[in-house]
Amino acid sequence: GQHLNLISHLRNLKEMLESSKESLKLEAMKRIVGLIAKGKNASELFPAVVKNVASKNIELKKLVYVYLVRYAEEQQDLALLSISTFQRALKDPNQFIRASALRVLSSIRVPIIVPIMMLAIKEAAADLSPYVRKTSAHAIQKLFSLDADQKEQLIEVIEKLLKDKSTLVAGSVVMAFEEVCPDRIDLIHKNYRKLCNLLVDVEEWGQVVIISMLTRYARTQFTSPWKEVRGQSGEVMKAFYESDSEEKKGHTEEKPYIMDPDHRLLLRNTKPLLQSRNTAVVMSVAQLYWHLAPKHEVSIVTKSLVRLLRSHREVQYIVLQNIATMSIQRKGMFEPFMKSFYVRSTDATHIKTLKLEILTNLANEANISTILREFQTYVKSQDKAFAAATIQAIGRCATNISEVTDTCLNGLVLLLSNRDETVVAESVVVIKKLLQTQPTQHSEIIKHMAKLFDNITVPMARASILWLIGEYCERVPKIAPDVLRKMAKSFTAEEDIVKLQTVNLAAKLYLTNSKQTKLLTQYILNLGKYDQNYDIRDRTRFIRQLIVPSEKSGALNKYARRILLAPKPAPVLESSFKDRDRFQLGTLSHSLNSKATGYQELSDWPAVAPDQSVRNVEIIEASGSDSEEESSESEKTSSDSGKSSSGSEQSSSESELEQKKKKKTKKVPQKKSKPTAADRYSEIPAVCWSLRVTTSSFGPVKTYELLHHMTGKGLAAKYHFPRQPCLYQPSMVAVQVILSNSSDHSLEEIHIGDRSPASLSIHCFNTIERLEPEASVTVSMGIDFSDSTQAANFQLCTKEDQFSVSIQPAVGELLMPSSMTEQDFCKEQGKLQGMNETSATITMETANASSQAISKQVLSVANVGVVSSSQNNFSRFAGRTVSSGALVLVSLELKESSTALLTINTEKTVMASMLLRDIKQALTQA
Amino acid sequence: MIHSLFLVNASGDIFLEKHWKSVVSRSVCDYFFEAQERATEPENVPPVIPTPHHYLISVLRHRIYFVAVIQSEVPPLFVIEFLHRVVDTFQDYFGVCTEAAIKDNVVVVYELLEEMLDNGFPLATESNILKELIKPPTILRTMVNTITGSTNVGEQLPTGQLSVVPWRRTGVKYTNNEAYFDVVEEIDAIIDKSGSTITAEIQGVIDACVKLTGMPDLTLSFMNPRLLDDVSFHPCVRFKRWEAERILSFIPPDGNFRLLSYHVSSQNLVAIPVYVKHNITFREGSSQGRFDLTLGPKQTMGKAVESVLVSSQLPRGVLNANLNPSQGTYTFDPVTKLLSWDVGKINPQKLPSLKGTMSLQAGASKPDENPTINIQFKIQQMAISGLKVNRLDMYGEKYKPFKGIKYMTKAGKSVLQRMHIVNCK
Repeated sequence: GQHLNLISHLRNLKEMLESSKESLKLEAMKRIVGLIAKGKNASELFPAVVKNVASKNIELKKLVYVYLVRYAEEQQDLALLSISTFQRALKDPNQFIRASALRVLSSIRVPIIVPIMMLAIKEAAADLSPYVRKTSAHAIQKLFSLDADQKEQLIEVIEKLLKDKSTLVAGSVVMAFEEVCPDRIDLIHKNYRKLCNLLVDVEEWGQVVIISMLTRYARTQFTSPWKEVRGQSGEVMKAFYESDSEEKKGHTEEKPYIMDPDHRLLLRNTKPLLQSRNTAVVMSVAQLYWHLAPKHEVSIVTKSLVRLLRSHREVQYIVLQNIATMSIQRKGMFEPFMKSFYVRSTDATHIKTLKLEILTNLANEANISTILREFQTYVKSQDKAFAAATIQAIGRCATNISEVTDTCLNGLVLLLSNRDETVVAESVVVIKKLLQTQPTQHSEIIKHMAKLFDNITVPMARASILWLIGEYCERVPKIAPDVLRKMAKSFTAEEDIVKLQTVNLAAKLYLTNSKQTKLLTQYILNLGKYDQNYDIRDRTRFIRQLIVPSEKSGALNKYARRILLAPKPAPVLESSFKDRDRFQLGTLSHSLNSKATGYQELSDWPAVAPDQSVRNVEIIEASGSDSEEESSESEKTSSDSGKSSSGSEQSSSESELEQKKKKKTKKVPQKKSKPTAADRYSEIPAVCWSLRVTTSSFGPVKTYELLHHMTGKGLAAKYHFPRQPCLYQPSMVAVQVILSNSSDHSLEEIHIGDRSPASLSIHCFNTIERLEPEASVTVSMGIDFSDSTQAANFQLCTKEDQFSVSIQPAVGELLMPSSMTEQDFCKEQGKLQGMNETSATITMETANASSQAISKQVLSVANVGVVSSSQNNFSRFAGRTVSSGALVLVSLELKESSTALLTINTEKTVMASMLLRDIKQALTQA
Repeated sequence: MIHSLFLVNASGDIFLEKHWKSVVSRSVCDYFFEAQERATEPENVPPVIPTPHHYLISVLRHRIYFVAVIQSEVPPLFVIEFLHRVVDTFQDYFGVCTEAAIKDNVVVVYELLEEMLDNGFPLATESNILKELIKPPTILRTMVNTITGSTNVGEQLPTGQLSVVPWRRTGVKYTNNEAYFDVVEEIDAIIDKSGSTITAEIQGVIDACVKLTGMPDLTLSFMNPRLLDDVSFHPCVRFKRWEAERILSFIPPDGNFRLLSYHVSSQNLVAIPVYVKHNITFREGSSQGRFDLTLGPKQTMGKAVESVLVSSQLPRGVLNANLNPSQGTYTFDPVTKLLSWDVGKINPQKLPSLKGTMSLQAGASKPDENPTINIQFKIQQMAISGLKVNRLDMYGEKYKPFKGIKYMTKAGKSVLQRMHIVNCK
């Protein structure tokens, strides 16, 4: 009846679709989608539906797409009718129409159109719209699953899209990479830094995919930051250099671990994502830190993971599983949050079990009493399965922490008189395991259990007691035969495991106390011989041959006692999460504790790091900025986009054209499409600029000598200004000092001594206990120069000597860049007129005339930020003095024939004149 | 990544299926039903279930299982988070997320699911973008649509997806510009039988409803931002600004969104605003037990404790309870043994109490398990952590918006007091 109904229904719908009224067609499509949703077969309407694929009505069209994608696989020939519509739409001027055409086209799983799809993907990958490029990245995976033979061609497209600088594309293309060619790690090298820098701005789902891929990447490219593994690699090195001289060998071993800056970049750029609202992102950062960070840094993820425990039940489940694995290796990470793992009666059972697991992992001598008190309430829980799990947990605590073994054992014995059978049974089983690990006298407990034996009905518990009595029968010589007597009576009514243990008990008693138990044993063996279960019959036959001497039994008989009553190793009570760390955390495989399809193994750290330079990006841009300065690049981008947005409306169509042109020459990436963090931030209005500090560092860093090794008796020191905000105190200038030992003996206790003027505030580095010959170490310190170029004099001391040294800062190093908009710059400049303005006309070296060259020169002298400018003949820079935060504005107006007007506005007039001199010097010389 | 999605109701019927790649037969759900049968409670179905060819990852919300079918390795949280996002979207669109609502709006549901995933990878999950693509159904629009045959698919294409602020739709216009912020704090606690706190923590959120024209740029600052121990943000919040100054600076999405969730450091002492005194006794040789419960307010800064609801699972041996509440109503279900008492508002002058007797099954042994009481409550106009919003400023737009803030404290998933049953000789 229902089937007929459906048929007539479908006929109706067909009529509606063939009507000329748009609204009827739409209504019909809505009903058809309803059928699809219910899982009903509506494939016979295919011809009627596909006709509407080019409809003008957007909703109708979308619903037709839904239908088409669902049934095209079954109706391949008819599906081909729609292809030309999509091919046309792929050329549409509207990017959304292009994207949706590609989306549907690539979702039609019809092998015959593979070449068409391939072509469409290639074209879309070069589209101007990042949205279309994103869609093409998705299409790559679809085509790959339809026809794996296209792999090589698809990899080419992936390679191209990986270079894309749009945050919209990054996540999708990495996803395609993971599906199509996860082993082609070489494709990542050149894009590694870019991906790290884009990460914060990629949409959340893309972040998860990229982080997981970068985790794998990092494990193949960097050396281990973990000490113990380094020892191993040290050995490898030693073997490698064995033929070399003694001296060199020693040298290699002493070489301190220095983290690859790219490794650090990844860790630094993922850290803010711990604050994401997306639990998957937080988990992926946590696993990244677990697998890549130095041990002492991993704990920064703890708080965020604990936060996830407040999320939905399913999230809790996965997070708890991962914490369980982590807490085995690193108790300390989660111990401060122990109470977050206390079980609530409202938790689901699997959540309770996981929490119990974690609490057991966290137990140590210090907290065991708290944990046991908590466990006591769990044992009284109304959820009996959970109570039983708690008893097992107590057992594990008792074996792991010897101080509490006796307490636990006593507690468990008390539980034997509990009214609930599952509780009693579980206690018996756990006590059995505990007694095995405790070779000391415990006959009292065994006696107690023998007494309870009659009341216990759970087979596992009965079997355990029988085994215990058998194993320690010599300790309870009176009770054991009596128990055997009782068992002989009830043998036939027992469960199989109980029968097996009865046979075991009989055999052991026969060997130790044959006088009393010979007849009983024979009786039981006879019962066993005719048992229904073949295991029991086999066991009985085996035992009889083993213990009862006869002509046939041969040599084994002599060893019966040694076989049956051999001292047995105690069972190890360990966590079920013990070996889970073989899987990458956060993965499905980790969750299931078995390898899932498509799981990518995390490789071990390489002993020797592969070539780092593979990640260096060649200079493609005409700008000529240093290739390593990703930050400078993004800085430029932001200034550019600022320009285009503040520019007049008519320029937008122009810039499209311009972009097309540029794309051909491959000189400038599509800047408009790259929403970096800086982009987003530059839109903040004036009120807040004062506190934003950009940390760009341009040009080569100048290094100055602090102490020559001749004067320093082997100790040499150099310093430079890293131009980072000082961590210790914001009013200090950060200085990095490289200390090296060029003497032939090690230098001890290197530290900073007296300073002058005495009021000089310096944040010293920690005393270096020992510096080996030929070794060098970089330390950072902070100095508050109080916005003056007066030298900071202090003494650099070793254990034996003191050397007076001084750091004389260039005025430009006393500044911090400050970013602001052009308008704000002009406004502030207006406030700093008259006395606060210093200016000079300079004649520049012709090579310096371009605005990029000016920026480079000015930034090499002073730590200021570039202010994006809408006028070509103006270059503006803004900064603040580190100590007092006074504004320093530098502007340069280009005049004809390479002369320029250099103006500095600041209330610090002394600094202004010094800065003017420095900048002038930089710009006038080549 | 996500291959297919099946929606399963409490009685184990699949009422909706959607496939993003080849069709996976619904028989794959048999493995799920097996697990569902084994589970004693609906919550006990494991979230990840392996089958021979697929993996099933499911979430349970509003008594509906959302079962995703996965074919290969994927972070399980990725799928779980996405499924929850789907539920949130449905709730946002239809007001409720029930089987009936989903069935009534099956076309919108399908259109949404189509936009949210492409080939199993999330595409558009921001509510603002989705609402530009597919308009949420309203009664008026449904009527208009049926009469005129117009559509609920947006005619305009979403520009937000391309912009620097993908979470905000463009061209927002309001005649009344308003921004409301709700600071809601939830307490979760375990209290031992003597009434002292074993563990307690405060989890807070700031939910916003922002209806502002254009592209407003907001900053929100707190009187005491140090209280916030651990935070997670909506992607619109500028993280660096928070790190440097502890100020929330953001261009808000249009409409409702969760701006911030935070955790108040567990080092700070958390005062539970309600206390419970209990006295449950069973006497040897009698099948009657005494039950006595009194509630009272504690440290509420003069604010009233409202919507108080107390529930407890009594021991299995209890046959029935004959109790007398001083206020409100109570129910006792003899089958599930669930006692719940809807107290209402606590009047500090006259503390609410629930007293009476319980009868035990004849011959049943005295209960030796200790039940727990779950307490729920609400306190208006107070954030228990003491968090206070200092000011809200708007930049980038000229008009003066109306700004509102509301505080509330309530019990979280569980404020549990462990009880103790006294068995007298």
